[in-house]
Amino acid sequence: MNSAIAQIGLGPFLTVSAALLVLGVFGIFLNRKNIIIIMMSMELILLSANLNFVAFSGAFGDLSGQVMVLFTLTIAAAEAAIGLAILTVYFRNRGSIQVEDVATMKG
Amino acid sequence: MIQLVFYVFATVLVASAAMVISARNPVHSVLFLILGFFNAAGLFLVAGAEFLAMILVIVYVGAVAVLFLFVVMMLDIDFTKMREGLQRYAPFGAAVGCVLFAELVMAGLHWVTSPAVPAPITGGLGEPGGPMTNTAALGTLIYTHYILLFQLCGLILLVAMIGAITLTLREKPTGRRQRIDRQHGRMRENTLEMLDLPLGNGTTANGGFLRPPGSYYDTAVPGSYGIPSSDSGEGEAK
Repeated sequence: MNSAIAQIGLGPFLTVSAALLVLGVFGIFLNRKNIIIIMMSMELILLSANLNFVAFSGAFGDLSGQVMVLFTLTIAAAEAAIGLAILTVYFRNRGSIQVEDVATMKG
Repeated sequence: MIQLVFYVFATVLVASAAMVISARNPVHSVLFLILGFFNAAGLFLVAGAEFLAMILVIVYVGAVAVLFLFVVMMLDIDFTKMREGLQRYAPFGAAVGCVLFAELVMAGLHWVTSPAVPAPITGGLGEPGGPMTNTAALGTLIYTHYILLFQLCGLILLVAMIGAITLTLREKPTGRRQRIDRQHGRMRENTLEMLDLPLGNGTTANGGFLRPPGSYYDTAVPGSYGIPSSDSGEGEAK
């Protein structure tokens, strides 16, 4: 076990991670109309997952968790780029980014 | 001492995450997100993941958060209208959040490690004071055991890059474009004009330049650099 994690304990890390996850989910409900804030909330949720991976990786002495964090970061960056590109195109076509308006795209 | 560092980072991280979702101005939200990422990098450092902490600062703060900031500032959006449903959804969201947090706490209090869990394939790599630094250990792992996943990540990034470019690309008829086929099809007779001039005399035709007729007016975009638009006829405009 990593010495710093041994001193702090795994619990505080998991608590911080759980708080981040809850804040991210709460943010999605709170800012239902603003899709940019929703995407930031998704980044918070992914960050909490990364924090969990890193904490367990340090606690168990297994580096695989950190490799998974690397992959998660990659996916999160790709997701943010594609999401913001879609948002830009959508704003260019409709002049607003209201989440409710997306329902008008139904065929 | 390390506990103090941890709790400072954790407190600022949770506080800035709360500010991200509750700030009135989305620019402030992005700035608090950047602060949160910095503190998460600090927590990664405490947990011993040095390479990932630096990657978090570089990739997230340097690329993703700046991308968010760019989009927030580029789009002209009335953000006050977007906060209309705030009071309506807040109790529901708070209820869901409380239930989720209670479940997480219950799961966190009662989990055990199964004795049947296999030994880590990386036992002891990258430990502080070990034979390797964290970065070197991650590198040995990524390029051997996880090489296929690593290549797949590169492929995903490539697809994301192409997708983002394809989504946002707009064909503009203006601007000076390079036309490769025209460049390759250029012959010497088209571009060079051999003049017989007496010694000591230059030419002042074409404004003092020795520019063969046809080469400039065909390649330039109509309407730019003083070229009349009707002169081109090259199918340049869409």
